[in-house]
Amino acid sequence: MLPTAPAERDLRLDLFRGLALWLIFLDHIPSNIVNWITIRNYGFSDAAEIFVFISGYTAAFVYGRAMHERGTIVASARILRRAWQVYVAHIFIFVIFMAEIAYLSHSIDNPLYNEEMGALDFIKEPGDTLIQALLLKFKPVFMDVLPLYIVLLLGFPPVLWLLLHAPTIALAASAVLYTLAWDFGWNLPSYPTGQWYFNPLAWQLIFVFGAWCGVGGATWMRPFLRSRTALGVAVAYLAFAFLIVMTWYFPRYTVYIPKAMQDWMYPIDKTNMDVLRFVHFLALALVTVRFVSVDWPGLKSPLLKPMIMCGQHSLEIFCLGIFLSFLGQVFTSEISRSIGAQILISALGILAMIAVAWLISWYKTVEGRAGPQSKPPDADLAGGAA
Amino acid sequence: MRALAGALFALLASVTIASAGMEEACSVAAHLVQADAGLPRVAAEIAKSHSLTIVVAGTTSSTLPGTKGASLAYPARLEVALRESLPGVAVKVVPYATPRRTAAEMAETFPKIIQNDKPTLVVWQTGTYDAMQGIAPELFQNTLEQTVDVLRDGGADIIFMNMQYSPRTDAVLASQAYAEAIRWVGLESGINLFDRQALMRHWSELGTFDLLAATKSLDTAAQVHECIGGLLADLILQALKMSETESRETK
Repeated sequence: MLPTAPAERDLRLDLFRGLALWLIFLDHIPSNIVNWITIRNYGFSDAAEIFVFISGYTAAFVYGRAMHERGTIVASARILRRAWQVYVAHIFIFVIFMAEIAYLSHSIDNPLYNEEMGALDFIKEPGDTLIQALLLKFKPVFMDVLPLYIVLLLGFPPVLWLLLHAPTIALAASAVLYTLAWDFGWNLPSYPTGQWYFNPLAWQLIFVFGAWCGVGGATWMRPFLRSRTALGVAVAYLAFAFLIVMTWYFPRYTVYIPKAMQDWMYPIDKTNMDVLRFVHFLALALVTVRFVSVDWPGLKSPLLKPMIMCGQHSLEIFCLGIFLSFLGQVFTSEISRSIGAQILISALGILAMIAVAWLISWYKTVEGRAGPQSKPPDADLAGGAA
Repeated sequence: MRALAGALFALLASVTIASAGMEEACSVAAHLVQADAGLPRVAAEIAKSHSLTIVVAGTTSSTLPGTKGASLAYPARLEVALRESLPGVAVKVVPYATPRRTAAEMAETFPKIIQNDKPTLVVWQTGTYDAMQGIAPELFQNTLEQTVDVLRDGGADIIFMNMQYSPRTDAVLASQAYAEAIRWVGLESGINLFDRQALMRHWSELGTFDLLAATKSLDTAAQVHECIGGLLADLILQALKMSETESRETK
C-alpha cells in the first residue's frame, strides 16, 4: 500500500468533529435532559471515539503532507508545537476550573455535605494541585480529553514516520501496544490516586487507526467499505449494541440477555477503550461514510455550515465547550434546574460555540488577506485542526 | 439576587414543612421507595426470635456532626421508626460509619462485623468515597458483587444505599458510574436499593428541603436524615411483606 493521501480536503471530517464537539459539550453538563440525544445513549461508543479518530486522521493528513514536503524534522517540530498549544489550552481551562471551584467552595458549606465537600479539598492545597496539574496527573472531572490528546501528539512523530513508510506495520504495532496494555494493565498514574480516565496506551489505537486512514488507508479500504456484507454486519452490530444499551434503561429486559454473554461482555470499559466500543465506532463510521459520501451536496449547505465551522477550529471550540459546560453546571446548580433551563443552556452553549467558530474563521480570513504567506499552511484550514 | 432567591427558597421550604408537617415532607418522595425483593433472613429471624439487628455500614454521609449528631442521623432515626412499626420485636441498629472508606475497605471489615454483631440486615451506604478517589467503576462493581456473597453467607440480607444528591459537587464528583454500578448489582443479585440520590433530588426540585443553602445549622440536615430514616424503615417493612407473601405462597 502506498501512502496516497487525498489532496482534497474532506469536509466530512470537519462536520463530524463539529458534531462530536457539540455532543461532548452536552454530555459534560450533568443531568441535562438534552444529552438524551447524544449517541452514547444508543450504543457502546460515544463522541470521544469520534473526536480521537478524526484528530488522528487530520493529524496524519496535515503533518503527513508536511513530512513529505518539508522533511521529518520540520513536521515533527510542528507536531510538538501543536502539542504545546494543546497543553497551554489545557492549563488555561484548568485555571478557569479552579476559579469555579473556589467560588463553589464558599457556597457549599452545609453539615449535610461534610463528605462531599472533601471532593473540593484540593483547593486547600493549591500548590500541590497546581504542580500535579502541570504534570498532567491531576485532571478534574471532564478534563481528561486534552491530556490524552497531548500524550498522543507527543508520541506521534515516529508513528507518523512509520505510517508513511510502512503503514501496515505501524497499525499492527499500535494494535500490539493496545493488547499489551490490556494484558498487563498498563496505564499512566493520576493524582491523588488512580490512573488516567482515558488510558493513552489503549486509546492510541483509535488515533493511530485514524492516522492510518488519513495517510491512505481509507482509499485502500474502499472496496471493503463498499461491500454489502460489511454494511450488513455493521448495521447488525449497531442494532445489537442498541438493544443491549436499552436493557440499561429498562432493566426488566436484562433477563433476556444470556448470563454467559453478560459475563463475557461486561464491564464495557471506557478507560481502556473496550473492543466492543472500538468495533461499535467502526460500524458507526462504516455506515456513516456509506451514506454521507465526500461529494454529498449537503456538506455545502448553509444548514451544516455552523457544525463544519466548529469542527474546523476544534481546539478552540473544544476548550470553549469545556468552559461553557462549567458555566452550565453553575447555572443548573445555582439558578434553575428546570427542563426549560436545561434546554436553554444547551442551545445557548451551542450558539456560543458557533459564534466563536465564525469569529475565528472571520479573523483568519482577514489576517490571511492582510499579510503575505509567511506562515506555514495553517493546520486548522488544511482539513481541520490536527 | 442569589441570596434573595435562597432566602425565598428557605422561606418556602419552612412554610411547607411548618404547614404540612414533617411526615408529609418525607412522604412527597415516598413513591421513590419501592421494595423489589424480599428480606428472607430478616423475616425468618423475626419469626424465630422476635429480634432484628441491623448494621448500617457507611461513610460520613451516614452521620451528622456535633454532640447530638449521632441521635439525629438516619441510623438512629431508622431504629426509632422500626421500633414503632414493629412492636414486640427487639430492634437494634448498629452504625458503622467511618469517614473516607472505599467499598473495598468497608468490605474488609464485614467478616468481623458479622462475627461481632450477627446482623440479619446490613444497610450498605457506599459510592461517594469511591467516586472521590476515582476508583475504577468496574472494580467498584466487582467489590460489590463479591461482598454480596460474603454478607449473605454470613446470614445477613442487604440493602444498598447510594450517594447523596449534592448539586454543588456535581461538577467535581462524577458519581453516576458508581450509582449505576450499585443499581446494576442490586438488580443482578435481588437486592433492594434505597435510592437516596433520587429522593434528595426530588426534595430539592420540589423545594421541600433547600439543599443549596450554605449554613452551619443542623436543622435541614436533621430533617433530611429523619426522612431518610423513616423511608428506609418503610422500605424494610415493604420488603418484609414481600417475604411473608413469598413464604405463604411456597407453603
